[in-house]
Amino acid sequence: MKKTVAQSKPPRTALGGGAKRHGLLYRMGRYKESYLLIAPFMLLFLLLTVIPVLASIGLSFTSFNMLSMPRFVGFQNYERMLLDDSIFFTVLKNTLVFAFLTGPLSYILSFVFAWLINETGRYLRTFLTLVFYLPVLSGNVYFIWAFLFSSDSYGVINGVLMSMGVLQEPVEWLINQNTILAVLIVVQLWMSLGTGFLTFVAGFQGMDKSLFEAGAIDGIRNRWQELFYITVPSMAPQLMFSAVMQIGASFGVSAVIQYLAGFPTTQYSADTIVTYIMDVGTTRFEMGYATTLAVFLFALMMVTNTIITRLIGRFSTD
Amino acid sequence: MSAGFFKPNVSRSVFGNVMVFLFLLVFGVFFAFPIVYAIITAFKPMNEILIFPPRIFVRNPTLSNFIELSQMADSFWVPLTRYIFNSVLISAAGTLGHLLLSSMAAYPMSRHAFPGHKWIKKVVVMSLLFTASVTYLPQYVVMSQLHLIDTYGALILPALQSSLGLYLMMNFMGTLPEEMLEAARIDGAREARIYWSIVMPNVKPAWLTLIIFSFQGLWNNTGGSFIYSEELKVLPAVMAQITAGGIARAGVSSAAALIMMVPPILIFLLSQKSVIQTMSTSGLK
Repeated sequence: MKKTVAQSKPPRTALGGGAKRHGLLYRMGRYKESYLLIAPFMLLFLLLTVIPVLASIGLSFTSFNMLSMPRFVGFQNYERMLLDDSIFFTVLKNTLVFAFLTGPLSYILSFVFAWLINETGRYLRTFLTLVFYLPVLSGNVYFIWAFLFSSDSYGVINGVLMSMGVLQEPVEWLINQNTILAVLIVVQLWMSLGTGFLTFVAGFQGMDKSLFEAGAIDGIRNRWQELFYITVPSMAPQLMFSAVMQIGASFGVSAVIQYLAGFPTTQYSADTIVTYIMDVGTTRFEMGYATTLAVFLFALMMVTNTIITRLIGRFSTD
Repeated sequence: MSAGFFKPNVSRSVFGNVMVFLFLLVFGVFFAFPIVYAIITAFKPMNEILIFPPRIFVRNPTLSNFIELSQMADSFWVPLTRYIFNSVLISAAGTLGHLLLSSMAAYPMSRHAFPGHKWIKKVVVMSLLFTASVTYLPQYVVMSQLHLIDTYGALILPALQSSLGLYLMMNFMGTLPEEMLEAARIDGAREARIYWSIVMPNVKPAWLTLIIFSFQGLWNNTGGSFIYSEELKVLPAVMAQITAGGIARAGVSSAAALIMMVPPILIFLLSQKSVIQTMSTSGLK
């Protein structure tokens, strides 16, 4: 049986009846085995995800250098971030540029590529999925962009542009503050077709074929009408999941920047909040201030996530 | 367009098919070019790398970059086999551990109505936002308090608790028919037994998906500030050192990158059908 895109809720087993009239502890006791099974994962998850995020909130009100005990300083770190730190506003601007340019663009590209790939036959589809996913799959191969954008005339981009006569002398793509952000955005887009893209590819393939047949009878004439009237409305869960993954990725851009543009970049011209946090935390060991920046980033991401998922929720059919 | 390339369908115009083909061709070339260029560069002799105007294709392919890479490996402080051992150990332990822990947790999370399951699911879904680089610093602080920095655990443990894996596994397990589990319960099987002998054999596509996602992350992880002892470092960290040598090392770096990218690509190719099958259940409601 072919699974349709819209899934029904999985049936849940109420072990031992699970009647509401029993006390909470009684009911929990009934599910001993469930708790035992989730325990190993959840303990690690608590230790390495939940506690770090919650502890940052606490540490953001302290001065902490990892050697002595954290010392409570009230809102000092927040005052410093908002009033005294001009670098913060540079990296905030860069983060927003990255997130709001590469985020939606990559989201749209993921969707469009997945859609068009789905228009092709089976073998071409498999091949193209690999081609678009390859930059993510091959991990550290983005170093090649450093050679493509190399600042001397041996760099492919400079070399080609110079031999065509477009440039007279080589451009220092990754040093020049005017070009660095643009180059990083291109590279980031190149390696952003990740989980969300695969979700869309799968979403298109899993579409209930009978919907299209019914659509054709109802007068759907071309692929655009099919996309907007049939596919998009029934892909709401995929659109939602992909958006969450996209937000996580767009605000987390770091490795590419550090490798291609340096750590920190020239006058922080291409640093984002994430790389600035690493700079403040792991090189300067100002953990109190670094966690303050992290708390700000978490808040920013959660607000963005709420807005985006509400927007997508509006288009959802159910 | 030939029938083999495109799905035959009444609502598809030939002009449209041509446009789709051109669009995919242009973007496909853009996406493939850097990697193809890296592969070509791996076989370029030095005099073809330092040349103006730069040439894309290689005239006299050579294996000298691979030979130089192995010579460089001999001059490392720590033998290359140690880095390979570290990378393989961390990737294998992290991937298998993640598969085991997340599937164990995913079964009750998707099928049992235990008190708190809704609440935990909310936290898991919210944590999908918090990617590794976003939680990097707070995680560093907690791990250093636990004295995990500069141990294998610093790379393995975070991978075990990836919420993406748990989430995908939960959704996939949610599609199994309840009758199958009910039949086992009537036969007197306990939940741990049902998980291991009924659920696990039936979610193989999800296994493969978790394996590729987890492996790809671990295999490409450089270790960052989590590892500083040379004898605990992994292959991507060595590669970062080689590529930092600039354009004179372009050939050797590309040779190293070429070798490094083979395992994840192979695993993806072998599992891609299962990955797509799993991702079709990944929707968020």
